[in-house]
Amino acid sequence: MNTDVLTTPATPSPWRAPQLTLRWWPVFLRNLLVWRKLAIPSLIGNIAEPLIWLVAFGYGMGALVGTVAVNGTEVPYILFLASGSICMSAMNAASFEALYSAFSRMHVQKTWDGIMNAPVGLDDIVLAEMLWAGFKAIFTTTAILFVMLALNISHSPKLIVAWFVLVGVGITFSCIALIFNALAKGYDFFTYYFTLFMTPMMFLSGVFFPLEQLPQVVRVVAGWLPLASAVALVRPLFMDQWPLDWLRHVLVLAAYTVAAFWLALALTRRRFAK
Amino acid sequence: MSQPLFQATSLRKHYGDQVVVNDLSFHLAPGECLGVIGPNGAGKTTTIRMCLGLTTPDAGRIEALGHVMPQDARAIKAQLGVVTQFDTLDPDFSCAENLVVYARYFGIGKKAMRARVPQLLEFAALSHKADAKPGELSGGMRRRLSLARALVNDPKLLMLDEPTTGLDPQARHLMWERLQLLLQQGKSILLTTHFMDEAERLCSRLIVLDHGRKIAEGRPRELIAQHLEPDVVEVYGNGALSLAQSPLKDYAARVEVSGETVFFYTQDARRLLDALGQHAGMRTFHRPANLEDLFLKLTGRQIREDG
Repeated sequence: MNTDVLTTPATPSPWRAPQLTLRWWPVFLRNLLVWRKLAIPSLIGNIAEPLIWLVAFGYGMGALVGTVAVNGTEVPYILFLASGSICMSAMNAASFEALYSAFSRMHVQKTWDGIMNAPVGLDDIVLAEMLWAGFKAIFTTTAILFVMLALNISHSPKLIVAWFVLVGVGITFSCIALIFNALAKGYDFFTYYFTLFMTPMMFLSGVFFPLEQLPQVVRVVAGWLPLASAVALVRPLFMDQWPLDWLRHVLVLAAYTVAAFWLALALTRRRFAK
Repeated sequence: MSQPLFQATSLRKHYGDQVVVNDLSFHLAPGECLGVIGPNGAGKTTTIRMCLGLTTPDAGRIEALGHVMPQDARAIKAQLGVVTQFDTLDPDFSCAENLVVYARYFGIGKKAMRARVPQLLEFAALSHKADAKPGELSGGMRRRLSLARALVNDPKLLMLDEPTTGLDPQARHLMWERLQLLLQQGKSILLTTHFMDEAERLCSRLIVLDHGRKIAEGRPRELIAQHLEPDVVEVYGNGALSLAQSPLKDYAARVEVSGETVFFYTQDARRLLDALGQHAGMRTFHRPANLEDLFLKLTGRQIREDG
């Protein structure tokens, strides 16, 4: 036996580059197969709440508010709200899946531990969970988009572009949520994430009212929030316009996605290395 | 000796100030069943985790099936079957679906599994439960499903971490029967267990761990012969404890007291039992020395932190 190699393996850094392979697919497929058994009730739950908000606020408040000025164009409040709330729905759908459901699989059911005894690495599992939460967001937003079309809220051909943006928004928020999944000791931890991060962000991102209403300092902070960039991209597309500063907003979302995925992966590796 | 299927050399692992595995080496030959026994906290689970590439050792080397862990973890795991201490079955899938879904992680498609699933379920004595979910199964059935799931890739080597903990005797015997069948088919098994009868029945060789170190290694019968006298007489009842200091102790090579029971380890049980017959009111139990005696001799009788 070769003895010079005995002192080898230095514990690998959790910050090393992701080692991704195509083995994420069976993990993704596993989640899809479980979800298929509950798809219809899950669909109703996923789209009912955002639609209730939209109808109640959009038509109720819309009657009071009338129109809102966006980039110099007056738009009906229902259109203003619909284009913001669909971003929020993408965020919520991805976050719930990457927090509560992923945590159940990772920590409660130990599904990840089982998978890691097969030739599938942790990096592939995290990638699969990220894409899966993104898929859930796509599924939800697609369903809501069809309802909005049926309600005649917008018929902009640029909604197809908006759909692709919403795919990206789902991915961004699933990456961010996986950071908190990696840090969680129990489900209670996620309450902090929702009340301290997501709820304030909803109000600071121009979902319900224009950002121009906010004090200058708050607007500067809001300008860097991922949901604000999402709304800034999606809303003009609903109005059949091209978004201003689109490259900046795309880059903000991309930066959050890459940084959050890397951080989530490092923290998850640390969690599992114990 | 043939080329070992699995070889761990000078493994070391510490957490904080505590060294949990210390200079541990062992190997597994093809077709062999190697048992790892030791009290709670002896380092068994950490050793298994290192063998699976889930934890990186501070020092040492692990070679399995011609590859090095953890660098070639995927190549090794493709030929490995694992049953962990706690079930990781998918609660939302039926037994059959659990096997199909798990096979995909090995790159084995649904078509290839079509013929294999009924075979695996039959092996696990679960043919009648193909459509039941794990939540509807008994503990023994769930363990057998875990074993069947570990066999989807037809592995050469199985790693089983306490496969029968928490099972009733019927379920344990059925599990043992299946494991013996796998050994007959030429598979190799690395097994950790707390049950000495299990170790004695299944394992061709044992290593005993304590405080992260290997303190004994060998075939079960040989280890017993090497460390212990052939007979044990347990004595309990009124005044039994005073016998430990009486002239009776000369009939035994070693006397141990635990609770209200005195253990005489002897080469000559006949003379000891005759002498004990003079003491009325004593209850005696005469039996051959077993692996449990060896285990307690080597690791002591005190309860461990996690016990």
